[in-house]
Amino acid sequence: MKKEELTYEQSVARLGEIVADLEKGNLPLAEALTLFEEGTALMKRCTELLDNAEQKVVMLKKGPDGAPVELPFEVES
Amino acid sequence: MEQNKVYTVGELNGLIKELFDATPLFLQIAVRGELSNYKVYPSGHHYFTLKDSESSLKCVMFKSSAVKLRFKPESGMSVTAYGRLSVYPRDGAYQLYCSGLMPEGTGDLQIAYEQLKKKLADEGLFDSGHKKPLPEYPGRIAVITSSAGAAVHDMIRILSHRWPMAKVLLLPVRVQGTEAPPEIAGAIRYANRWQIADLIITGRGGGSIEDLWAFNDERVARAVYASEIPVISAVGHEPDVTISDYVADRRASTPSNAAEIAVPDASEEREALASCAIRCSQAMDKRFKRLRAELEGLTSRRVLRDAGAYLDDRRIELDRLRERLTAGMEAQLGAKRREQVRLAASLDAMSPLRVLRRGYTIATDEGGSIVSSVKSLKAGEKLCLKLSDGSASCTVNETDEEKKE
Repeated sequence: MKKEELTYEQSVARLGEIVADLEKGNLPLAEALTLFEEGTALMKRCTELLDNAEQKVVMLKKGPDGAPVELPFEVES
Repeated sequence: MEQNKVYTVGELNGLIKELFDATPLFLQIAVRGELSNYKVYPSGHHYFTLKDSESSLKCVMFKSSAVKLRFKPESGMSVTAYGRLSVYPRDGAYQLYCSGLMPEGTGDLQIAYEQLKKKLADEGLFDSGHKKPLPEYPGRIAVITSSAGAAVHDMIRILSHRWPMAKVLLLPVRVQGTEAPPEIAGAIRYANRWQIADLIITGRGGGSIEDLWAFNDERVARAVYASEIPVISAVGHEPDVTISDYVADRRASTPSNAAEIAVPDASEEREALASCAIRCSQAMDKRFKRLRAELEGLTSRRVLRDAGAYLDDRRIELDRLRERLTAGMEAQLGAKRREQVRLAASLDAMSPLRVLRRGYTIATDEGGSIVSSVKSLKAGEKLCLKLSDGSASCTVNETDEEKKE
């Protein structure tokens, strides 16, 4: 799975693993470097997700076939 | 004559009290009326008046009885008061010593509530083992409540402030009246059938006990229990606990509180991410220092000088590593670098060369040892003077030792 496709939750979980592995300090250098790069990319990705998130609010109504249909919902500011 | 006997007030009030206390009806009596002038004293005793359109009756409820009240009595409420009617001799006033209050009309509801609660508890609907954990980062949150009312807007405001990444799906339902329970239960089942969300919040804002009643309905309780999607129940205010609160995976004290429980706080997440970044950098920094120490150890060993190629590779790796360390680490190192500059400056200030620049010289004998005492010198001996920009050789003409007193 490409990093772009990871959800926030998956990214944070992977980041936790990376930090733990790096802190153990016994990985071969090349591997540590790769992990460090992956970690940096994940942090960037998570921060972007947080920064760019815009709340979506919809009202659901049961459609003619029973499936949910999304309608706009006016949010008070 | 007996009629001429003059009584003290105390005696008379005592007699009246005896009359009251000897009347069986007064020992256990129920009175209906409206509460007025309701006061809770710091002692914990409650004082109030029961009244109807024509009359009023003074009442007191001692703390021991008052703590058992299941509702908060307020002036204006219609109630039935139970207790004993007696006289307070000091005031010569009779009053109801109230042992219990039942709000008008809710008596039946209260009984129904207790019965349903017991039945569902016995069936295991409240078991903690059945409760599902809430998702840490819910992507879609189904909110089952009234689309009118302040509660839905409070929830949306808090959700979007804390965690704008989650999509909010409002399933509008009536939250009071006879249609409310089937609508709420239906919406919970619908959300599950179509798997529309990772988390359900159902509830409503505060209201009277009757207003909240839909959430004490068995149909709602069973729908919450059957939900595969975790449910947060958020009904009314802090003290209101409904059956749906007991069955839900999590109870929130208010709808706003439910929104806080449902999602993480983005600003706390940012801090956690920053701390991850620092930990990664520190781990790499440690690694980098260890590697450098290793390299220095290697280069100091003459035997290994031939292994130049190996070292060159390591140097290149080091350089690349150095480049890749983040700006965060640079900042950390910056502080250490400033410290080094400061240390170098103070070392320089102590350098002997600097002392010479101020006009001092260092004298050494022919053997090159520094001359620090006149006692080691004899006339005719050769000396070498070291100055800041060169040296001079000279001969000792005579010595003159300072005599210490």
